[in-house]
Amino acid sequence: MFDISSIYQAQSVADAIRALEQDPGALVIAGGTDVLIKVREGKLAGCRLVSIHGLEELKGISQAPNGDIEIGPLSTFRDVTYDKIIRANVPVLGEAADMAGGPQLRAAGTIGGNVCNGITSADTASTLVALEAVLRVRGPRGEREVPISRWYHGVGKVDLAPYEVLTKIVLPRKGYEGFTGHYIKYAMRSAMDIATLGVSCLAQLSQDKRETRQVRLAFGVAGPVPMRAPGAEAAASNRPVEQALAAIGPAALGDVSPRSSWRASREFRLQLVEELSARALAEAMRKGGAQV
Amino acid sequence: MEVGRAYTRVDAADKVTGRARYTDDLHDGPMLVAKILHSTIANGWVKSIDTAAARALPGVVKVLTCFDAPQIQYPTPGHPWSTDPGHQDVADRLLLTRRVRIYGDDIAVVVAEDEVTARRALKLIRVEYESCPVMLEPEQAMEPGAVPIHEEHPDNILKRTETVVGQPDEALSDPALLHFEGHYQTQQVQHCHIENPISYAYMEHGRITVVTSTQIPHIVRRVIGQALGIGWGQIRVIKPYIGGGFGNKQEVLYEPLNAWLTTQVGGRCVKLDVSREETFQNTRSRHPIRFDIKAAVSSQGRIMARECVAISNQGGYASHGHAIVANAVNGFRQTYPDAVGHRSVAYTVYTNRPAPGAMRGYGIPQCDFAGECLMEDIAREMNWDPYQFRLKNIMPLGYVDPTNGITCYSTALARCMEKGRDFIRWDELRAKYQNQTGPVRRGVGMAVFSYKTGVYPISLETASARIVLNQDGTVQLQLGATEIGQGGDTVFCQMAAQAIGLPTERVNIVSTQDTDTAPFDTGAYASRQTYVTGKAIKKAGELFREKVLSYAREMLPQAGELDLRAGEIVDGGSGESLLTLEELAMEAFYSLEHSVHITAEVTNHCKENTFAFGCCFAEVEVDIPVGKVKVLRIVNVHDSGRLINPKLAEAQVHGGMSMGIGYALSEEMKFDPATGRLLNGNLLDYKLPTAMDHPELTALFVEDEDPSGPFGNKALGEPPAIPVAPAIRNAVLHATGVAVNTLPLSPQRLVEEFRKGGLI
Repeated sequence: MFDISSIYQAQSVADAIRALEQDPGALVIAGGTDVLIKVREGKLAGCRLVSIHGLEELKGISQAPNGDIEIGPLSTFRDVTYDKIIRANVPVLGEAADMAGGPQLRAAGTIGGNVCNGITSADTASTLVALEAVLRVRGPRGEREVPISRWYHGVGKVDLAPYEVLTKIVLPRKGYEGFTGHYIKYAMRSAMDIATLGVSCLAQLSQDKRETRQVRLAFGVAGPVPMRAPGAEAAASNRPVEQALAAIGPAALGDVSPRSSWRASREFRLQLVEELSARALAEAMRKGGAQV
Repeated sequence: MEVGRAYTRVDAADKVTGRARYTDDLHDGPMLVAKILHSTIANGWVKSIDTAAARALPGVVKVLTCFDAPQIQYPTPGHPWSTDPGHQDVADRLLLTRRVRIYGDDIAVVVAEDEVTARRALKLIRVEYESCPVMLEPEQAMEPGAVPIHEEHPDNILKRTETVVGQPDEALSDPALLHFEGHYQTQQVQHCHIENPISYAYMEHGRITVVTSTQIPHIVRRVIGQALGIGWGQIRVIKPYIGGGFGNKQEVLYEPLNAWLTTQVGGRCVKLDVSREETFQNTRSRHPIRFDIKAAVSSQGRIMARECVAISNQGGYASHGHAIVANAVNGFRQTYPDAVGHRSVAYTVYTNRPAPGAMRGYGIPQCDFAGECLMEDIAREMNWDPYQFRLKNIMPLGYVDPTNGITCYSTALARCMEKGRDFIRWDELRAKYQNQTGPVRRGVGMAVFSYKTGVYPISLETASARIVLNQDGTVQLQLGATEIGQGGDTVFCQMAAQAIGLPTERVNIVSTQDTDTAPFDTGAYASRQTYVTGKAIKKAGELFREKVLSYAREMLPQAGELDLRAGEIVDGGSGESLLTLEELAMEAFYSLEHSVHITAEVTNHCKENTFAFGCCFAEVEVDIPVGKVKVLRIVNVHDSGRLINPKLAEAQVHGGMSMGIGYALSEEMKFDPATGRLLNGNLLDYKLPTAMDHPELTALFVEDEDPSGPFGNKALGEPPAIPVAPAIRNAVLHATGVAVNTLPLSPQRLVEEFRKGGLI
């Protein structure tokens, strides 16, 4: 039995925005895999909800004429994983989405929710950061676009006003074209777990596959929000692949500042950052045809 | 032969189709809902509670606090009652407590019309506390001047025992022998049965009925009576199907509180369903135990003497108390009887942790970890093959424990070891994995164990069985022993069928225990039921068979010797069928000359015990830089005597191995040292392994008849969980050269240990 004061099922995005304007204290619920847990825990007990669940205009994944990929935020993790456009162009995102929770959660939880909850351990977040995704949000005064680098404000806080709704996650063509990627979810279990560290690496290789061109590296759980590792990227970009592999881990240590908690110590997380950065890069480059 | 058949579980179809009914499915009428208010300090006193706002909330029926509850201290463990006050369980619980002993202690309760109202009311209760320092470890609680957690035990030591066998000091100080020391530590883990403890209670004809998810309905009835200070006959306990127990429900949990609550609301039905978080915080778990060990070994590899000092963390309440660490040090001694002598010193210490109690293995998973690490470490230091070193020292046939007389009536341990060795390819892989380099390395490890069957002679072992005939020649089997998911009902039917001379298909089990009608049995624990209840079933079956045959002789006065085989009365010599049991039953029910309902009921007071054995072999791959252990192959080989049902035996072993893997690698209850709060009391943060974390689990058996068992059988319920953790730890040692002496071998701990060992 959930302690919910009220729930309003929006008929459209515009309707949802209207409802949120009328009740600024209300929360948006989509797949419910975060909100209902918090209601049960008591953190959101007695809350008022506006449901966008089932709104067709927020579903679907398509490719724009300019090559940008537009992901409807109500796409479930499973939708993302099995989508043809994702598999053909950014398989790494589908692989990351396939690591969230278990099959039931992946059938209900949405990629939009994964981005809007502002959680550093969100399995798709670090890959979206590496892909330089753009978030399109709509409010009473129309739409605006937010680059993911400006999206995360802090733990659980994103660049979304109480009366705004995420309408698209856009993967710009330049963010993914020519890259191969790999996501490592390091967790205590092989399923039904949250990441101790998430590492997403995208790599672009030279024609002969012996050197790196651009390398992008992003982490979940290495800080309060999903983050890029600029030092590591610089150390690993435009280098012979072996050099890039040797350099990326130590350089990544300078980019992150994980904290000790009862879940994992800072020292342990740093060890993982160093080791897994290199492993993610190696796998990303292997997928791109490098011999490593 | 009905015993030994791979008979499909009698409850299989109902359970997989959802037709089987559990506690929460049973009550049809309206129920009030009770929710408990838990303390937000771990050690101290409740000074006052303000319930006015909660009572004023519409839908709240009653708010009761520790200042309202009866002040009768009662014991909670699922032990048979002892009529000797010296052997009675520690009575240190109240229904609700003013003296807070753990974070989350039960201090008040709300009864409301529905769950949301009850939860909202809890938030409106204001509590004033007086706090004392939090003590989560025995060392803190044993410090001079530490605040007594229970005033009956001013030094916080619930009990200390010392047992000396032979002359250990002679060997332990003999310079001609090899000397070793080991320090091993286990963690607090929980059972994680699927169904949380749940009960509902109501009054009828002035008596209290409690329907509850328990392993021990007759004991629950007794403890409710003790807690409420009323006659035990005033209470009726009903146990339907339950979603697992593993020892947590071998404890009287919230049933007494639930029984009291119904009396406070005019006998209305009150449901008390605890959450997973409350299950972690407020119900039982497995004791963390710290072992300090000394060993003296001859140069030929014979263990001459050992000393084992074990300190068990009892948390805030006695529960099963000292029985568990006492079992641990006994088990440590028994697996490898020392040639010269042995000393064990065991402490049970109160702390402010959630109180541990019975959990699958009852101290033996802990002592087996210590014992099997020690064996491995000695063998490694001496460059002996750990397999041969163990073989040289294991308990021999005919061993009699010098302190309690438990006797080894049968052992196939050596052959179990042989089977496990062959499966894992021990010799080949021990050599192959000897000198590895690189970040990913493999190893193989092993561990053995011994385990007694039931609790005789430490406690009473008694079981009763009733068999009644139906008109169609089928029978009902009624027991006080319980099905808790382990397949008890199925093997009970098989044993009854075997004893009577019926196909198992014709035995109907009465699965639900209702203490008003179920024969007396203390319930499911100690791997006892196939052995102890099995003896009662065998006796009852034989008595029933005699009664059937005696009636058959009345019906067939001319016949020679009669026998009952496969449900037919046959000529004992030729085997010719003379009469079906159905024909006999119809006559016995409705005869105008001699009508009798053929039934048999017996109690068997069991005064035997015997050792079961087994071993585990594991092959692991260790990813050193990230501290991950992957179990590649794993096998348990068991000597549990003759198997009543090989298919169910295999399933039992699979479940135990799974628990062992979690114990080895990931499970641990973690606490905030400042507040005593449990940090990971939910199934996300408590790392119970998933199916994806398991390799193929292989279960093998060596089946020898045990002469003391009713059908040649001995314990199997708990043993599969015992040897897995040390086998995995020893495999990691083989792979990396790093000996990890604290459970679990979690990634962070491994990274720290590998760093100390120079591997990172």
